[in-house]
Amino acid sequence: MIDLTYLNDRFEHLQQVSADDGIAGVRKNSFDSFSKTGLPTYRTEDWKYTSIGNLFDQSFEQAGHTVSLADLEALRMPGHHKANELVFVNGRFDAALSNFLSTDDELIVLSLKDAAKGEYKDLVARYLNKSSEYMKDGVHALNGAFIEEGVFVHIHKGKTPQHPLYIYHILDGRAHPVMAQPRGLIYIDKNSRLQLTETYVTLGVSDSFCNGVLEVVVDQNAYVEYYKIQNDASNASQVSTTHITQIGRSYVHTVTVTLNGGVVRNNMNLVLDADGNETHLYGLYLLKGKTHADNHTMIDNRQPNCFSNQLYKGIADDFSTAVFNGKIMVQPDAQKTNSFQSNKNILLSDNATINTKPQLEIFADDVKCSHGCTVGQLDEEALFYLRARGIPKEKAEVLLLQAYAADVLTHIKPMAIRAYVEKLIYEHLSIV
Amino acid sequence: MLSIKNIHANVEGKEILKGINLEIKAGEVHAIMGPNGSGKSTLASVLAGREQYEVTAGEVSFLDKNLLELSPEDRAREGLFLAFQYPVEIPGVSTTNFIKAAVNEKRKYHGLEPLDSVSFLKIMKEKMKLVEIDQSLLSRSINEGFSGGEKKRNEIFQMAMLEPKLAILDETDSGLDIDALRIVANGINKLHSPERAVLVITHYQRLLDYIQPDYVHVLYNGRIVKSGTKELALELEEKGYDFITEGVDLNA
Amino acid sequence: MKENQDPLEQAVSNDYKYGFVTDIDTDTIAKGLNEDVIRLISHKKNEPEWMLEWRLKAYAYWLTMVEPEWANIKYPTIDYQDIIYYAAPKPKKQLNSLDEVDPELLSTFEKLGISLSEQKRLSGVAVDVVMDSVSIATSFKEQLAEIGVIFCSISEAIQLHPELVKKHLGSIVPMTDNYFAALNSAVFTDGSFCYIPKGVRCPMELSTYFRINTENAGQFERTLIVAEDESYVSYLEGCTAPMRDENQLHAAVVELIAMEKAEIKYSTVQNWYPGDKEGKGGIYNFVTKRGICKGDHSKISWTQVETGSAITWKYPSVILKGDYSIGEFYSVAFTNNHQQADTGTKMTHLGKNTRSRIVAKGISAGHSQNSYRGLVRASKQAINARNYSQCDSLLLGDKCGAHTFPYIEVKNKTAIVEHEATTSKIGEDQLFYCRQRGIDPEAAVALIVNGFAKEVMNQLPMEFAIEAQKLLTISMEGSVG
Repeated sequence: MIDLTYLNDRFEHLQQVSADDGIAGVRKNSFDSFSKTGLPTYRTEDWKYTSIGNLFDQSFEQAGHTVSLADLEALRMPGHHKANELVFVNGRFDAALSNFLSTDDELIVLSLKDAAKGEYKDLVARYLNKSSEYMKDGVHALNGAFIEEGVFVHIHKGKTPQHPLYIYHILDGRAHPVMAQPRGLIYIDKNSRLQLTETYVTLGVSDSFCNGVLEVVVDQNAYVEYYKIQNDASNASQVSTTHITQIGRSYVHTVTVTLNGGVVRNNMNLVLDADGNETHLYGLYLLKGKTHADNHTMIDNRQPNCFSNQLYKGIADDFSTAVFNGKIMVQPDAQKTNSFQSNKNILLSDNATINTKPQLEIFADDVKCSHGCTVGQLDEEALFYLRARGIPKEKAEVLLLQAYAADVLTHIKPMAIRAYVEKLIYEHLSIV
Repeated sequence: MLSIKNIHANVEGKEILKGINLEIKAGEVHAIMGPNGSGKSTLASVLAGREQYEVTAGEVSFLDKNLLELSPEDRAREGLFLAFQYPVEIPGVSTTNFIKAAVNEKRKYHGLEPLDSVSFLKIMKEKMKLVEIDQSLLSRSINEGFSGGEKKRNEIFQMAMLEPKLAILDETDSGLDIDALRIVANGINKLHSPERAVLVITHYQRLLDYIQPDYVHVLYNGRIVKSGTKELALELEEKGYDFITEGVDLNA
Repeated sequence: MKENQDPLEQAVSNDYKYGFVTDIDTDTIAKGLNEDVIRLISHKKNEPEWMLEWRLKAYAYWLTMVEPEWANIKYPTIDYQDIIYYAAPKPKKQLNSLDEVDPELLSTFEKLGISLSEQKRLSGVAVDVVMDSVSIATSFKEQLAEIGVIFCSISEAIQLHPELVKKHLGSIVPMTDNYFAALNSAVFTDGSFCYIPKGVRCPMELSTYFRINTENAGQFERTLIVAEDESYVSYLEGCTAPMRDENQLHAAVVELIAMEKAEIKYSTVQNWYPGDKEGKGGIYNFVTKRGICKGDHSKISWTQVETGSAITWKYPSVILKGDYSIGEFYSVAFTNNHQQADTGTKMTHLGKNTRSRIVAKGISAGHSQNSYRGLVRASKQAINARNYSQCDSLLLGDKCGAHTFPYIEVKNKTAIVEHEATTSKIGEDQLFYCRQRGIDPEAAVALIVNGFAKEVMNQLPMEFAIEAQKLLTISMEGSVG
């Protein structure tokens, strides 16, 4: 059982042992905020359709791990031999398992503590936990309160690293249930590019809960592709917050794919804080079993002439629940904003649920914004057509679902990652 | 009727019209031709009073009034009509109601009583025949879901209803098949009279097979670089714009 | 070129025409709310014991509740002890016919366009008029009674048809439903009651006109419409209030019940005083409206044109219980100056093959905030449920806001739900096109706004459509029919 007393003790201990690590202040503010708000309930508007309170009903161990290079080898993603690999184990950045091919003149990876004191201390001070201005809930604050072995990545000005960045979150559940709270801050400097893929794996059969926050700052004329792939065990739950701030005219492209998992909550926040930003968000969720996936997107248009487009598609089968909540805000200064959003759902079972809630909050007049969402079924005609050609029903359904998913998958630009996701999807859909 | 003297105009700070001179008298048909980007549509917009276009120099008088001082609606009420190249859609506003509003606003401006529904419908029926437009089209929202040809015919129909002194047709022939082109041209010809003038803006010569212009002007790089009679249009069709533009000094 | 005043500003800066006060003797009770006040109201209305008990139960429940905060509206805390809960124009004597109504009152309603005198009545519309806490008159009552239609004030219904009221009151909006519904259940003073018997198509529009007159008085009306099997009724309501500097509370409850193959069409033109240009005064309009399509093949259709009130909090909803039942919601909400509207609907699909349609048009001007909030829910049993929603917002000016909060919850795999929403401003191109045809900018804005709202306006009965269109943009001066 994780309760306030337990957390308080741990927090006090952490503050004592890491009093001078440069992020004690962030932890303090976060813990105060957590103490005030507590965990969200269904009455918390942003958590109306997703309950995580019971995840805290069991005790997660904080002991060390036994993850080896061999373990990592078994779960690496294709293209890894040409990628910079950043490994978190149980929420802590693990330098020994991580591997960097790029040289320091392209990018630099530091522990958050080191970054908070050295050359990048101003950036850390300015941007670490900026997301708390948007995320007022206790879960987010909880991550901030326990920032310990986080990571800082700086992509240098004008650089396009030859190697993409892969981030693995490994939770070692082989001996006991595990909770992890990884934290990262990535700064993508002017005129640089980054391709980033993040994935999550729980080892063993125990329950896991990963409450991760990644903050990304994108400077003038930078270009970012971000892929999040979630296909963990059925008892692996997570709250995954990606908070991207575009501080200069820049381009951001994200794709989130959610397949298997327990309770999965994604917060994809985009703050468009410069004139002329362009942002594309894509999401795909294919849910079976009892998986509950909740995709929250938030686009805050703060400056004029920004363009954003969102397409989230998904299916819910068996006893699963799919939630989509897409918020578009247009602030008074953000004239000439064009922002579009589409959410499409297919419900395959009467025991499954789809809840969708697009939101427009507009305070500027010269804008074009729209959202649309649908809930429906597979095309019966198409299904019949395939069956009439001799394809068995189950196979025909998989084919149609693959076609349905393709709209989103085509936006995964690196071929290795796309092929990998397609394979995962095929396996995921084919298991009855 | 219309006298344009040395008009210069900017769009977003860029000079598009660089000194246009043009005299149009009642009863005349003028055609302005020119390649894409020469400033043809800008000229039409400036005359109609579109606010994004900034007139930096020159004068325009229309029926002895200073046109540039009038608001767009007053220009329309004075008798200047622009058939738009891309007529805009206005959802929920029926074409009939829209035209009725326009006709009565013009009547009010000239001190006339508004038309009652019966006389309005009577006039409408007459003019509908002129452009072979269907009643069902007029009960739909303006331009909403209209085909390209329907939009252009609707423009000519509005022109017929408003009986302008000067009609400016901005690329009215673009995107029309041959039947629609014939209908549109017929409509224009039937409206043409000694009291009215027509300014046809077009890229191609083909509309001029149906509408006989008295004068043809070639607009190039913001200036009228050549004027002539109908034969000039034929020559353009045959030789292309290059034969005229080659000799023009762009920096002059 | 000469600069005109911003056409948008001109088009939306019309004054409220119904802000006068009627000077008439009024029977009011002291400000404040407690059990004794409720007993007094019940006593003044000569209510049976069960009604008083019902009220007291609601009051006890209300005391345990807190005011909801989830809506996208901001207002100072309402002091519920600073409100007069009962105010009634004093009748000079017992009325024998409508023509004996106080001439001052008659002329008040004449000014509002509601004629009560026999010779000038709108034919085809039966009207119940409610001033402050009581119903003053109901027209065409006898003619309607001949075909079995009951149309009277709810107070009268409690006296004359207690079995019907007892059966249905609070059955759709229970007293525990929400804060304002509980308050209304405790203190409601009047409203309309309509009962359409089996197989009857009500031959005329039934209409209630609500008027707040007394200073500091709240208005809490309660309307109940029951349509038995295979019946049809079209009901309209309108409302206005004087211009006053302080805010006045209006918390109404409306319940509709449609039995098998019955159809209820409920239209509202809401024009409570919206407050002045600085946002001072105006009505706080907290309304709970809900209907149930109880029988198979029944239909409930809500149409609303919301132009008034400082604050609007209102979600006319339909529970689609009967198989093949249909729910509709058509709404135009226009906010100006400092008005705030948070309005929309709830469509709850329970039966098989149920259908719902939502068309919501929001127009924001001035410093106003306009929100659409809606819920479409297809339950597990709702086989083949269908919903289509279209929400469009139009922004007139850069100081206002337009917001859309649709919630969609689907638990049945045969359900199809579609939602679309757009937000935009009036196109420069549209304005210029109109001006090139000689239409001045103000009229052009009116034309475009009315076009934007047309799909909803078309749903209104003729008598109201014209009033509503005028309301939306008064300045059109009949140039467009």
